[in-house]
Amino acid sequence: MNASRLVAACVVAVLLVVGGPASLAQAPRPGAPYALLTAESRRTLSAVQSGGRDLLRLDELSDLFELTVREDRRSNALTVTRRDRTIVLSLDQGLASIGGRLVSLPVPPVRDGNRWLVPVDFVARALALIVETRIEVRRASRLIVVGELNVPQVVVRQEQLGAVTRLAFDVSPRAAYTVTQEAGRLLVRFDADAVDASMESAVGGGLAESVRAADANTLAVGLAPHFGTYRASTLPLDAGSIRVVLDLAPAGAPVPSPSDTRPAQPPAVAPEPPVFVSPGAPAVRTIVIDPGHGGDESGATGPGGLLEKNVTLDVARRLRSLIEGRLGLRVLLTRDDDRLVPLDERASIANNNKADVFISVHANVSPRPDSRGAEVFYLSLDAYEGEARRLAEHPPSRSLMTLGGGTREIGLIPWEMAQVRHLPESAVFAQFVEEELRRRVEMSARALQQAPLRVLVGANMPAVLVEMAFISNADQEERLRADDFKTAVTQALYDAVLRYRARIQSGPTPSADPGARGGAALRRTPWP
Amino acid sequence: MAIGVRFVAGTIVVAALVGASSWALVTYVVRPRDAATTDTEGAPAEGRAETPARRITATLHYVAEDGLRLVSVTREVPFGATTAEQAERILEAQLEPPPERLLSAIPSGTTLRGVFVSHTGQAFVDFGPELRSRHPGGSLNEIFTVYCIVSTLTTNLPALRSVQILIDGREADTLAGHVDLRRPLPPSREWLEPPAPQTAARNEP
Repeated sequence: MNASRLVAACVVAVLLVVGGPASLAQAPRPGAPYALLTAESRRTLSAVQSGGRDLLRLDELSDLFELTVREDRRSNALTVTRRDRTIVLSLDQGLASIGGRLVSLPVPPVRDGNRWLVPVDFVARALALIVETRIEVRRASRLIVVGELNVPQVVVRQEQLGAVTRLAFDVSPRAAYTVTQEAGRLLVRFDADAVDASMESAVGGGLAESVRAADANTLAVGLAPHFGTYRASTLPLDAGSIRVVLDLAPAGAPVPSPSDTRPAQPPAVAPEPPVFVSPGAPAVRTIVIDPGHGGDESGATGPGGLLEKNVTLDVARRLRSLIEGRLGLRVLLTRDDDRLVPLDERASIANNNKADVFISVHANVSPRPDSRGAEVFYLSLDAYEGEARRLAEHPPSRSLMTLGGGTREIGLIPWEMAQVRHLPESAVFAQFVEEELRRRVEMSARALQQAPLRVLVGANMPAVLVEMAFISNADQEERLRADDFKTAVTQALYDAVLRYRARIQSGPTPSADPGARGGAALRRTPWP
Repeated sequence: MAIGVRFVAGTIVVAALVGASSWALVTYVVRPRDAATTDTEGAPAEGRAETPARRITATLHYVAEDGLRLVSVTREVPFGATTAEQAERILEAQLEPPPERLLSAIPSGTTLRGVFVSHTGQAFVDFGPELRSRHPGGSLNEIFTVYCIVSTLTTNLPALRSVQILIDGREADTLAGHVDLRRPLPPSREWLEPPAPQTAARNEP
C-alpha cells in the first residue's frame, strides 16, 4: 500500500515537473493552421506553437461549437459550457473534468493577451465529450474531422521509370476512384466526402507537372505538353488500403505493364497537404456480394455433381469484376475462397463495411426434378412480426460515449434485426433484380418471394437473395455450368445495381420515399 | 377424526370402482364398434392403452405436383390425449411416405424426438439430426420443409400459434443455411397458395 502511494506521488511529481513549468517556459509563436472539416464546410483554425506543442485559440473553437467560456478565479479554472454540458479546465495543471470524468491534457490553457489557448488534445479528449459528435484529430495532416465523414488518407509519390512517369496514390482506407482526362490534366476522383492528401515526394517534373486539388474529393495531375497516354491500375495493400498507380507515357511510347509495381522512392520534401471537403450525398458506394455456402458446407449438389458453393463463388467473382471495372464502386465478397463463413458473419461483413447493397447468391433445390427458373427473395417479417413492429413504431436510441471522445446517438435496433428498416428498399431492389433477370434467364413461377431468410435479417442495408436456377434439375445444372448462363446472370445483377444506383442518386432518400412502397414487390409485405 | 378419514377413504374407493367400471364399459363395449367405423386404414394405435383405437382426421401437407406450393391432404391419425401428444401423432403421420403423385417436403428417414407445448401456444418440435443432415438445401425446398411442419401443426391444432423447430434437442439456426429457425414461426398461407402471376411489365418505382 505504501509502495503504491510512493509510486503515485512520484508520478505526480514527474508530471508537475515535466508537464507544468517546462511547457510554459516558452512564449507562444504562430504555427501552421489546422483545417476543420464538417459535412457542410471547411474552416481554418489558427494554431500557435508553445513548448513544441500546437495550441488552438479557444475563442475560435467557441465560435465554431457555440461554447461559453468563463474564468473562475477562485478555483483557478476555466469552465467551457455547451448547452447543459460543461468542461472544467484547470489552469494549474493539464487536467479537465467533464461530468465527473477526468482527462489529462499535455499542458493547461495558456493565456495569450486577452485570449486563451488550449492544446490540440483538448479537442479530441474533452471537447468531443460535450459536442455529441465524433471528432477525429489527424495531427500529421493538421486535420480535424467532425462528424461521420469518409475522409481517406491519400499519400502521393512520384518516380521516373525511363520515359514513363509513375504516380502512386496510397489510399487508406480503400475508396473507389475514377480517372478521367480533360484539357491538360488527369482527374483522379475518389468516392469519399473529402481526401486527406499528402505528397511524400517532390511531385512535378517528367510528365506530371503538378498534383493539386481540383475539387473536394479530386486530385488533378497537371500534364506536360509531351504527354501521350496513361494507364491506371489498382493494387491491394495491407489493412484495407489500395495503391492506385498512374503511369504516364509520352506521345508514341508504350505504357509499362501494370504488374511492374516497384514502390516509389521515399519522400524528399513534405509540402503543405491539400485538404478538400464536399457534403455527403446519397450514393451507392459499396456493394457486398455473398457467395452462398462454402467450405465443409457445400450447399446443394446437382445430379451431375456440381456443388452450389462453387457456382455461387464463380458468379460472385464475375459480378465483382464487372461492377469494379465498369462502375468503379467498392465491391467486397463475404468469402473469396472455399471456406465456411457463418451466416452472422456474412451480414457483419456488409455492416462493418457500410455496404449500400447486399446480394446473396445461391442455387435452388426442389423435390421435383423438373423445377426450373430463377427466384429472388427478400426478407419476410412474418417470423419477426412482434419485435419488428415494435421496433418500427418505437425505435429506441441512446446517447453513448464513443472511443476517442464525443457522444453519438445510437439506434438500439438489435443488429440481428437490422434489415427491418430497409425492407421497403429491399423490395424495390429485389424487383429490379427480378426484372433484369427475367430479361436474360428463365424465371420460376415463384420469381419474387418474401421469406424469413437468416442471412438477410441482419443486413443493415437493402438486401436480396438470388436463387439463380434449380441445381437439382439436371438441365438447369448444365445451365449453371455454362459460361453464357453465368454471364447472363452476372449482367442482370449488374444492371439491377445500375438501376438501383440511379434511383438512389437521383431520387429522394430511400427511407422517406413512400412511392417506393407501391410496387408489386411490396404487395405481400405484412407491415407497416 | 378417524371417522372422517374412513369416510374419505371409502368415498375414494367407491369413486375408483365407478371410474374403472365406466372405463371398462367404454373400452370393451363402445370403443370397438366406434373404432370399426373410423379406423378405415386398419392401422392399430400404438401405446395408448386408454384410447387404443380412437383416431381423428388430420390435414397433412406435401409438395404439389408442380413443385411450386404445398397442398393439403386429409388422413386418419391416432388420437392424442393432450395437444403435445396429438401433435406427435400428426407429425408421425406426416413423416410417413407421401400419397401417390405428391412429394414429401421432409427428408425421408427423419425421426421425431418429441413435441413440447408452452402455455402461450408455442410448439417446440424436436427432430432427430436427420432433418438437417439429409436436407438437400435450396431456399424453396427449405421453405417447404419448414412450412410443411408449421402448417400441419397449426392447421390441426388451433391452440398452437407458432412452431419452433429444434434439432436433436437444441435450437437450430437453419436447416441448410436459409430459413431462420431461431424463433417460433407463425403459419403462412403464402406457401399453400399458387404463386401470384408475375410479369415483367411493371412500372419502375
